[in-house]
Amino acid sequence: MRTVCVVGASLAGLLTARALRAQGYAGRLVVIGEERHRPYDRPPLSKDFLRGALGEADLALEGEGEQLEAEWRLGVAATGLDAAARRIELSDGGTLTADGVVIATGAAARRLPGTEGMAGVHTLRTLDDARALRADLLRARRLVVIGGGFVGAEVAATARELGLDVTLVEAGQAPMAAALGPDMAAPIAALHERRGVRLLCGTQVAEVTGGDRVDGVRLADGTLLPADVVVVGIGATPTIAWLAESGLDLGDGVLCDEGGATSAPGIVAVGDCAAWYDPALGRHHRVEHWTGARMRAVVAARTLLSGGIERPEPPRPAYFWSDQYDVKIQFIGHPHEADSVSVEAGDPAEGSFLAVYRREGLPVAVLGVNQVRLFTRWRRQLETAPVQAG
Amino acid sequence: MIPACPLASLPRGEAIRLDVDPPIAVFHTEDGEFFAIDDTCTHQDASLADGWLEGCEVECPLHASRFDLRTGEVDAPPAKRPVRTHQVVVEDDVVYVVPSEAPPNLPPGVALKGQA
Ligand SMILES: Cc1cc2nc3c(=O)[nH]c(=O)nc-3n(C[C@H](O)[C@H](O)[C@H](O)COP(=O)(O)OP(=O)(O)OC[C@H]3O[C@@H](n4cnc5c(N)ncnc54)[C@H](O)[C@@H]3O)c2cc1C
Ligand code: FES
Repeated sequence: MRTVCVVGASLAGLLTARALRAQGYAGRLVVIGEERHRPYDRPPLSKDFLRGALGEADLALEGEGEQLEAEWRLGVAATGLDAAARRIELSDGGTLTADGVVIATGAAARRLPGTEGMAGVHTLRTLDDARALRADLLRARRLVVIGGGFVGAEVAATARELGLDVTLVEAGQAPMAAALGPDMAAPIAALHERRGVRLLCGTQVAEVTGGDRVDGVRLADGTLLPADVVVVGIGATPTIAWLAESGLDLGDGVLCDEGGATSAPGIVAVGDCAAWYDPALGRHHRVEHWTGARMRAVVAARTLLSGGIERPEPPRPAYFWSDQYDVKIQFIGHPHEADSVSVEAGDPAEGSFLAVYRREGLPVAVLGVNQVRLFTRWRRQLETAPVQAG
Repeated sequence: MIPACPLASLPRGEAIRLDVDPPIAVFHTEDGEFFAIDDTCTHQDASLADGWLEGCEVECPLHASRFDLRTGEVDAPPAKRPVRTHQVVVEDDVVYVVPSEAPPNLPPGVALKGQA
């Protein structure tokens, strides 16, 4: 292989580029990134960066003086791909043909239709989003967060710490219920209420009101919540529109085998944009977490360099973390596979506990809330347990 | 030299945290070696004594960067800076730490208590 092109210059792209070099690839390496920024870390954008405890320099993902010997084309987007020819079209009018392609274009925040262009309505995915949101929060008194996923729950927590009046509107039973399952989402909901967030669950939003600038959120039952700032946290969609004509198999993300190989030779996909086949689940599954990209980057690089001959170990269950207030939430596994869940240490009422999710008596997922040491032991156990065929 | 603990209370594969400023983590590896490093991860405020010990490396319990206990070097981000190492002395069934004179690499937002 003489030229490898990595599309997407963020976590998954950087880690795969790094893994290619570590695995001995010495050819030309081109990294194309739509954002103007060097690779930066997203998790702090809703937490310490938004709170003002971290600066932009702290977000850098590259090591000081790190030399990848790569050509960085930042501020340039890939607009199309011909998978058979491995030819990439670029937004600056150029094209690039490579022997190997790494697709790492991540995901984009879903927007609420009808709010485009209304000042004070934010989504949070990029550094530019976070800068704009922070500037707006510092001038605001009332925040309404629509959607209680990770990003919504974290922004609500950070905004409380900044002293704002915060309402979180969630269509489901509780914030984080999709990720943690309903039983264990309840103590997280209670945490937010203790910290002064007004939680409205099982509640639909009818519209965001205002003219040039937002002034409130109207709920389906007609209630109007006044707001200076609105954050829409209703999930993210994989950035694959640019691949529509590529010839690659697409679903909820770029469809890949369990080694990251796409349906075309010489092309792998990794990170939030990729849905790898998960043998334990028996289906393709898109993992939208930091460690998912980290674990898979090494595998994807090996798949690319070996032409798919080296078979990887099956991927481990996804691990993710979330920080809300001074609470560290850690989770590994698939909660929806479980038929029972029990608290095995601590006490949810005290804000520190560990819960184990089981199916037919076998652990399939573990949640730690301010139980870092014990969680680490469980995580290891789940990561090293033999993978069950689904 | 700071006394850390009686030898018997730190079995192989275990770690303890010393409440000095900044805190120090002492590890007893499966191979029977002792190592001491600053307990606070250089990325964020995590206790490396809570991490996963494997060979001569500890994996941070939060975001999985791995530190080499012998050198303090880190393998991959999110942590980018090495952690400070200290010398360990075992004498008369007691584990002691000789704290390093070098400045610590504390994460952003974490200060020495003496300076907080
Ligand atoms: C606010 C926030 C908080 C988070 N917190 C946590 C957390 O606490 N724990 C956790 O586990 N995970 C967290 N995550 C998730 C984690 O950040 C993602 O899983 C990770 O960023 C995925 O990396 P990626 O490289 O696949 O995608 P991304 O980081 O989305 O990067 C994709 C990159 O590709 C670029 N790109 C897109 N299209 C093109 C194109 N056509 N051409 C060129 N470049 C393109 C984009 O501009 C972007 O820079 C958080 C995410 C966000 C947004
Ligand atoms: S706190 Fe240790 S890697 Fe993040």
